[in-house]
Amino acid sequence: MTNDEIKAQVRAFVSRFFRGHELQDDEDLFASGFVNSMFAMQLVQFVESDFGITVESEDLELDNFRSLNAITALVRRKSGASV
Amino acid sequence: MTDPGSSLATADAGLRMAPSPAQEAARAAFAAYVDEHVAPHAGAWDRDARTPREAIERLAATGWLGATIPAEQGGAGMDWVTFGLLNEELGRGCSSLRSLLTVHAMAGYAVTRFGSRVQKERWLPRFARGEAIGAFALSEPNVGSDASAVETTAEKDGDEWLLNGRKTWTTYGQIADVFLLFARAEGKPVAFLVERGAPGLGIQPLGGITGTRASMLAELRLDGCRLPAEARLGGVGFGLGIAVSTLEVGRYSVACGTTGIVRACLDASLAYAAERVQYGVPIGEHQLVQRMLAGMAAGWRAAHWLCMRAGWLRDQADPAAAHETFVAKYFASTAATRAALDAVQIHGANGCSEAYPVERYLRDSRVMEIIEGSTQIQEIAIARGELAVAPSPRSPAP
Repeated sequence: MTNDEIKAQVRAFVSRFFRGHELQDDEDLFASGFVNSMFAMQLVQFVESDFGITVESEDLELDNFRSLNAITALVRRKSGASV
Repeated sequence: MTDPGSSLATADAGLRMAPSPAQEAARAAFAAYVDEHVAPHAGAWDRDARTPREAIERLAATGWLGATIPAEQGGAGMDWVTFGLLNEELGRGCSSLRSLLTVHAMAGYAVTRFGSRVQKERWLPRFARGEAIGAFALSEPNVGSDASAVETTAEKDGDEWLLNGRKTWTTYGQIADVFLLFARAEGKPVAFLVERGAPGLGIQPLGGITGTRASMLAELRLDGCRLPAEARLGGVGFGLGIAVSTLEVGRYSVACGTTGIVRACLDASLAYAAERVQYGVPIGEHQLVQRMLAGMAAGWRAAHWLCMRAGWLRDQADPAAAHETFVAKYFASTAATRAALDAVQIHGANGCSEAYPVERYLRDSRVMEIIEGSTQIQEIAIARGELAVAPSPRSPAP
């Protein structure tokens, strides 16, 4: 998968929580007030199940999930050479 | 209609829902242990409002306190179905001791799933051996069902954390060595592993409770409780997710344990109905007593299989497991209330006496409809889940 393909998949998932709002690639997802306290863990479950990666303890930082760009970078990093 | 091949495949997958021979053997071992070491003593533990240290050490010696901890960390590495059977059997004997397994397994799960390498190495082998007991500290005086509203605060102080607040109804808080505890940092939920003895942590026993009286509840007082940086479990902002994920394990454990209460009510009632004679015949021959026995028997089977299905789905890492666990816990806990009420009724005046265990089952069953999500919270979660997957309504016929 290319970066753009990963980001498109991430955007499709995240957009379900931001109906009627056009998300920017580097927009802070947690600053918007659109999402609740469970959103962070829903993102973890999404990237694990849809990209087949394991999010480790050291990855459980909001900065890794703060924007579409950040999530894409995390998926790429955790996927290693397979992406 | 599906083709014959796929029908056979479906039937075969259904048959695999039955416990394997290894799971059945494990259940037999759990049952024998409970019959010898747990059930005969549960009434005394309940009256004393404490679980003796020897009882916990004996359970630890079986290795079952490490049920959900991976084998490479020294745990039993049980599958979820086997863990469910362990909970059902322990719950049949003593809901307090089963609660110890629940909260200890929750702490172990959280460290296994979300812990750093250092946290795993520090806690998991000790959890597995039962040398350290873990507990779950979420509830607060003002916070019950709404776990997102915790008022306990965590502030950074250099590399350390300072915690302030109160936690209450902490099961086995009187003896736990470490608490999986939830707070807010800069308004965001965050989890910590708080060790007994941490500076600023006070532990007050709570007594006078209705059920699970031997579960050694405590209130935790965090007055400037100072924790090292490595006490944080996962990042700031992930606390609620960790809590909810861990509560799923607790809910499954409670569902299975509560199924054990239903079984205990059935066993006690069958024995009493066969022995107690009124109007010249054992009361089990009276049809209105039979109606209550039939309800218990059906309730136990249904609760048992709902739990087994939830456990089997967890073993398959099926996302449907969470919803099925809500269903299992909802059904089992409400079935336990009905079963315990009927068990007391069958026992008559004896059912209201400590000389028989059914009054304890009734008190314990009340607790089961409240913990790990009240009956009303389960109803909301189940209904929302069903609505989310409901088929679109068909257009009315012209």
